[in-house]
Amino acid sequence: MSSTIDRTSAGAGDCTREQVDPRGPRFGGAVTTVVLAVALVLVGTPAGFVLIAWQTLVFALGALVGLQAQPYGIVYRRLVRPRLTPPAELEDAAPPRFAQAVGLVFMVIALIASVLGVPVVATVAIAFALAAAFLNAAFNFCLGCEMYLLGARLRAR
Amino acid sequence: MGPGMHRGCERFGSDMTGLWVVLGVLGVATVFGLWFQRSSGRIREARDAGPSPALTGVVPAADDDPPVDIEADAPTPAVAALAAALEGRMGERATVVQFSSAFCQPCRATRRILEEVTVLVPGVSHVEIDAEDNLDLVRALDIRRTPTVLFLDSQGTVRKHASGQPRKADVIAALGDLMPGSPDFEI
Repeated sequence: MSSTIDRTSAGAGDCTREQVDPRGPRFGGAVTTVVLAVALVLVGTPAGFVLIAWQTLVFALGALVGLQAQPYGIVYRRLVRPRLTPPAELEDAAPPRFAQAVGLVFMVIALIASVLGVPVVATVAIAFALAAAFLNAAFNFCLGCEMYLLGARLRAR
Repeated sequence: MGPGMHRGCERFGSDMTGLWVVLGVLGVATVFGLWFQRSSGRIREARDAGPSPALTGVVPAADDDPPVDIEADAPTPAVAALAAALEGRMGERATVVQFSSAFCQPCRATRRILEEVTVLVPGVSHVEIDAEDNLDLVRALDIRRTPTVLFLDSQGTVRKHASGQPRKADVIAALGDLMPGSPDFEI
């Protein structure tokens, strides 16, 4: 890859990007949906705090280290993918990793709110993360990715 | 009612709150997701949607305005910006412009569909524009999502657009609408 890449053509550098089986992030979204739903019911209890802390750690690994370190992704690759047919096509790792970062922001807010004893804030933050995870799992809709361009339009005017 | 029982009721109450929040979130998200699945990627006439006057370059004139020659009208900023971005890359008969970004799941599949179709149909070019690198153009055209696909006729006027990944059959049909009476365009 060289300076001949035309930056107005987003596809030019594609072959160098990390690729993932798109069913992996959706599987992770489904597990996340269950974890966050239980966490919402248990907000304010020790078990709820453990679930919030666990999911925060999961998002942190996925966003900061990479999808290959995301626990649900590891479960998918080790236990689920061997039983499935090969994926029809791969997708870029950047969008699902960005989604992990968005989830991380919500869960850090939920974790801090839990530590400070503000269950209402924790509940609202987990509710947003739950909505995003469920939309990803059920409809393949990446909330953070869809918001990304609007965010980019707001900054740097 | 003893204090212990009161505390018990409170515990029960907060548990129920969490459950209702879960059900509410899943319900709202389901409605939104179904709407998203239906509307995403649907190809619409440019005039029907919000940004249409800017996209088509046709500014509706008030009744008491003197009649204006559309051809002689100065192009709107959006039209001028798009024309500048596409300079030298327009298709002879039609141009399909795809706006993409780095964090965009359906952009790859959209690119593949549009490349397949534009290779198939002579005189049609596929131009992919990185939305983040062209934010001024994105604002001028009021593009909110990636992928957004614009269908331009041979004159460079935006005739149709879709936000989200369009289906291949719809892309072919849209190009057929844009180029009526093309005998070599039979699929």
